[in-house]
Amino acid sequence: MLAFILRRLMQSVAVLLAVGLVSFSLFRYVGDPINAMVGQDTPAVEREALRVKLGLNDPAPIQFVRFIANAAHGQFGLSYRTAEPVSRMILERLPATLELSFCAALFALLVGIPMGVYTGLYPRHWTSRLLQAVSLIGVSLPTFLIGILLILFFSVILRWLPSFGRGETVTIGWWTTNFLRWKGLEALILPSITLGLFQLTLLMRLVRSEMLEVMRTDYIKFARARGLTNRAINFGHALKNTLVPVITVTGLQLGSLIAFAIVTETVFAWPGVGQLFIQSVQFSDIPVMAAYLMLIGLFFVIINLVVDLLYFVVDPRLRGQMGRRAGAH
Amino acid sequence: MAASGKSALNKAPLLEVKNLRVEFPTRRGTLLAVDDVSFEIAAGEVLGVVGESGAGKSLTGNAIIGLLEPPGRVAGGEIRLEGRRIDNLPYEEMRKVRGAQIGAIFQDPLTSLNPLYSVGRQLIETIQTHLPLSAGQARQRAIDLLKEVGIPGAEQRIDHYPHQFSGGMRQRVVIALALCAGPKLIVADEPTTALDVSIQAQVIALLKRLCREHGTAVMLVTHDMGVIAETADRVAVMYAGRVAEIGPVRDVIKQARHPYTEGLMGSIPSLGHRSERLAQIDGAMPRLTEIPRGCAFNPRCGHRGQRCLVERPDLMPAGSSRAACWLHDPRGVGAAAVGELADA
Repeated sequence: MLAFILRRLMQSVAVLLAVGLVSFSLFRYVGDPINAMVGQDTPAVEREALRVKLGLNDPAPIQFVRFIANAAHGQFGLSYRTAEPVSRMILERLPATLELSFCAALFALLVGIPMGVYTGLYPRHWTSRLLQAVSLIGVSLPTFLIGILLILFFSVILRWLPSFGRGETVTIGWWTTNFLRWKGLEALILPSITLGLFQLTLLMRLVRSEMLEVMRTDYIKFARARGLTNRAINFGHALKNTLVPVITVTGLQLGSLIAFAIVTETVFAWPGVGQLFIQSVQFSDIPVMAAYLMLIGLFFVIINLVVDLLYFVVDPRLRGQMGRRAGAH
Repeated sequence: MAASGKSALNKAPLLEVKNLRVEFPTRRGTLLAVDDVSFEIAAGEVLGVVGESGAGKSLTGNAIIGLLEPPGRVAGGEIRLEGRRIDNLPYEEMRKVRGAQIGAIFQDPLTSLNPLYSVGRQLIETIQTHLPLSAGQARQRAIDLLKEVGIPGAEQRIDHYPHQFSGGMRQRVVIALALCAGPKLIVADEPTTALDVSIQAQVIALLKRLCREHGTAVMLVTHDMGVIAETADRVAVMYAGRVAEIGPVRDVIKQARHPYTEGLMGSIPSLGHRSERLAQIDGAMPRLTEIPRGCAFNPRCGHRGQRCLVERPDLMPAGSSRAACWLHDPRGVGAAAVGELADA
């Protein structure tokens, strides 16, 4: 078990190094960083001096090591656009994105899984058919369109919910949160639905097909033959057996929720890292882009690690296998 | 014969199946998969149900435990457990009967257990569903049951997961699960088919011993005559959804009364008589859509007469057994066999 975790950690580090290499290449080879930093009329001598000072003349591997070392300390240099430290810019905006992604994931899980269970248990019921049909729309409509339609309906026509921004936030330390003010929570609703809708339909369809599969298995039939209650069979025996694929997909999707919050943040003018990234692209603000890339890489790696650990919690067969394999090492 | 004499004491049967019909509505009309099947099982008795695949034996078992897979349904007849009709109970009522009064064992022990829960959890869950025991008492009962089915180190093994048991051990766990709320009847559907031959015998012996000790009756569905001969008190031979013959196991084996049973017994290879080829019954069991008029077995039968082509025989006394064959009717099979025309 411990050996397995260590091995996974090492793999994670390797992945992060690879992402770091891409970030570094972006930073180092897309355009000339010096050009971006100094004015047009800076003499060549000063440019050269800055180059030496920043270590840009050193061999690429040494620069890469330095880049990684700085990144590990959370230092990604200064933004070309605002001359602020990149890490601070990201940290300022990270809570907005994380809270949005968290709410979207929660929405997708809390609505998607029950809907999947229901449609899996009663595949012939008309509500299941309806949900199936509606979920097709959810899968096929692009996020920005859903967002705009929601704004049109709930903000413009009904005037129930705000159409943009975070509303009211409360700052705790460096973390600004939406959760402590009604206005903030209100502002979360539309963006969360927009961001989570696709994941919701995906989860619903996944849980549904897994449930259909599991309900046909012998152990469910045997559980019925033992006279267990429907509740115990459906939720204790069937749902738990659908969890391994559900956890896998949820993990992957949680990563993409954070990564693809970009579109939703743009539609709702949500001041998160996604929006920051879009602005940085427009200004070729390479340090911010590089840092964003590393951050998303880090999230994916962490989420995958958590997913791997959750497998152990859910499936005893893996515990045995991994234990044996780890023992053999 | 002795066994059947003992179990057929003059009290009401434990299980009574009367004129059971199971139908499958399909696009091309309704299939009658179990047709007018009647039998009884006395308390503590082992009834073997034997037949080819598709003869309706598993469906009969599933109908008894109320778990026919839709769209299959009981279309007629009655199933009574201790006199109480159970074939038309609402789901929730029938759920309380399953496990508590009728246990079930299925073919494949490898897939009958939920892989994500320890065997103890599955046992305790079942026990507590049916019996008013505390968690501690239920666990003790689970350990006792595991000991009873011959699982060494039951105290430790109870917390193990199904994948940590071998096939034979898993089937023992399945038997423990079927017995854990003390049912009066167990429907065992091919309980040994998926197991190694050496383990089959052990599991059958175990099932037999436990049922004797607990006074549990068994409906043993199998296509293995050897298992029947060793275990059952009486045997019902099924063919094309109907009971062809039913009687004490010794009589049916030694002196089959139905030509199909005869063929079935004849096709069991024996070590004593080395013959060139294995005996077999010519032809195949008809598909449910193409069951012939008259006796369903008539196209394959050597004793076929005019009457077999038009009139369907019901079970009638034949020696100490009962057989669905006109040979045992005073009027016989009718005019002489119609030749081999029908075979063409």
